[in-house]
Amino acid sequence: MVTIKDKVRTFIVDNFLFGDTSYQLSDTASLIENDIMDSTAVLELVAFIEDNFGIAMVDSDVVPANLDSIERLSSFISARAKALAA
Amino acid sequence: MCGFGGYFGSIRDAEALLTRMTAAIAHRGPDEQGKFVAPDAGLAHARLSVIGIGDGQQPMSDVSGNLTIAFNGEIFNYVELREGLIAKGRRFRTSSDTEVILQLYDELGEDCLPLLNGDFAFALWDNRHRRMVLARDRMGVRPLFFTSKDGVLYFASEIKALLKVPGVSAEIDPIALDQIFTLWAPIAPRTAFRNIHELEPASVMIATEGQVMVKRYWHLDYPHRDAPSKVTNEDDAAEELQALLTDAVRLRMRADVPVGSYLSGGLDSSVVSALAAGMTPRRLQTFSVTFDSTEHDESAFQTEMASALGTHHRAIACRPGDIARVFPDVIRFAERPIIRTAPAPLYQLSGLVRQAGLKVVLTGEGADEVFAGYDVFKEARVRRFCGRQPASRMRPQLFRRLYPYLPGLQQQSVEYLSAFFGTGNTALDDPLFSHRPRFKTTAAAKIFFSGDLRAALKGYDAAEDLASRLPQAFSLWHPLHQAQYLETRFLLPGYILSSQGDRMAMAHGIEGRFPFLDPRLVEFAARLPPEMKLKGLVEKHILRKAAKHLLPTAIRERTKQPYRAPDASSFVGAGELDYVRDCLSEASIAAGGLFNAKAVASLHEKCRTQPVSGFRDNAAFVGILSTQLWQKNFTGQEVGAAKAA
Repeated sequence: MVTIKDKVRTFIVDNFLFGDTSYQLSDTASLIENDIMDSTAVLELVAFIEDNFGIAMVDSDVVPANLDSIERLSSFISARAKALAA
Repeated sequence: MCGFGGYFGSIRDAEALLTRMTAAIAHRGPDEQGKFVAPDAGLAHARLSVIGIGDGQQPMSDVSGNLTIAFNGEIFNYVELREGLIAKGRRFRTSSDTEVILQLYDELGEDCLPLLNGDFAFALWDNRHRRMVLARDRMGVRPLFFTSKDGVLYFASEIKALLKVPGVSAEIDPIALDQIFTLWAPIAPRTAFRNIHELEPASVMIATEGQVMVKRYWHLDYPHRDAPSKVTNEDDAAEELQALLTDAVRLRMRADVPVGSYLSGGLDSSVVSALAAGMTPRRLQTFSVTFDSTEHDESAFQTEMASALGTHHRAIACRPGDIARVFPDVIRFAERPIIRTAPAPLYQLSGLVRQAGLKVVLTGEGADEVFAGYDVFKEARVRRFCGRQPASRMRPQLFRRLYPYLPGLQQQSVEYLSAFFGTGNTALDDPLFSHRPRFKTTAAAKIFFSGDLRAALKGYDAAEDLASRLPQAFSLWHPLHQAQYLETRFLLPGYILSSQGDRMAMAHGIEGRFPFLDPRLVEFAARLPPEMKLKGLVEKHILRKAAKHLLPTAIRERTKQPYRAPDASSFVGAGELDYVRDCLSEASIAAGGLFNAKAVASLHEKCRTQPVSGFRDNAAFVGILSTQLWQKNFTGQEVGAAKAA
């Protein structure tokens, strides 16, 4: 079964690492500090979350605390998905 | 303004080699060609006649025949230097500035260099001391490259002339590529070509048999950050600046041919054009580039300024497809990979000047370096401001004010702004503090480097290399002056004056002249207190004040719009040219060996399908494409034909 974390990782590898699977990206690595994302990439990431998980992101959601690593992204998406399902 | 080549040492077929070298740089000097061959030394020259048209042929020898020079550029204060030499009893056979260098060298040897106010590179064969002297202007306006082969020193205005030397071939220098993909340009003396070097600005090389010595004859220096400024009255400073700038333009109007001016619509070229318009007996001719996209276009300001000055104004439109069409030529002339397309419209612009029948134009380049005009200076100030209160949610909002033209940044939260600009974790005493975000963002494009290239680089760090070359006094300067030094000492000669400057202008035989880089003006600006240059977040404050009576208010008070051109979007989409597909194909990338072929294919597809590419993706796309073109141009592989698909 494909998990949220798998989907997030696949998106990041495809779009920000251009398919380079040799890049050692841990779940907790900062996407900004490791130069994986720039300001345009944040907008791409928001579009990905909204399009694929049906989550409407308000401005206060778009912060590094929610989006700056695979782990944070997965947690954020999971929490919102649960809230939506409830 | 011209081009030259030559050698020092014993070679065979000297005449034939010099002919080949001259032919390779004929675009720099379409008016005349000449050669000089002596035992163990030779010079070749391609001339663009600007001063001393009838009697300034080169290579030129002195009366004794012991000194012979090949010279590219202009000595703007040659009239005053000539008068001084005549007062000492010297006689001149020509009216040219070339002979002034010869006679001044005869008097002072290489100590003559600090007296020259000009944009120059020259090779001087001194038969008395059996030495070849190579020299270059302070700021690096005119280029000079060299290499050695079998004990012979070869030199030329462009590298393509050196590639005519038997046994000298083009091979990419991986370190230079890393520097370009981090700092935007190689750190001189390194060039993109392995084993071919650049003489650094403000330097002289003296080659004698068995020995080569290089030394700097001028240094860019700033006052100690705690020293009381010698310039305290702003009105006086503005007055002095206006006088200096007026004289800098006056000297640069010296030519036996008409002098025109670039007019971008910004403060710098407007000031230069305004001063020039008041000095020319004829109507000043001005030139500009326009863009279809409002994001890049400044035509409204250009029209307003041309109208205010009454110039004969011509503009060339850079339309979708134009950048891609000329890009292979741009790389052939730039002779290095580049990560932005901005040189391409300037290549078009110099073509327009040529069509208009002019050979010489003034430009406003240099003002942003000497008077702190670039966004990077303001950005560093805001980052320091934020760094003092990392928890502040108000301070990072200032970043939005700095970059109104970057929509991606405008939409970011305060938290992301802080993260992108590293406000919470940046060492304020980092010598590269001002430029770290730019270097870091650019270096992100190295994600496309192949495994082989990474292995060849062995963990090399271009930014740390740069930091290791800073002068001892650097740490004692004000942070703004540190940032200005980084721009002026490295990016100005390495990119602005070369890839965007000399090489794009000389591709069409056009000589650019830079009043803001007059050495008197550069030294004056360096002495000014930082707040006279960057006042709060208003750039070039003192220049605006000095220009008070020269420009319409709308031009004088404009916030700087950085000169940019569309990057990846210039090459993709409908009408994509064959060479772009060829250069970026998996087979071509794999053959080049420098980049990850699958990743590049993915980037190419992303740029095709997404209308807005971020900085990293744009830099990577242009950098990879230009590297591929460089490889094909200089290593002998054929470039795909530039025709629409």
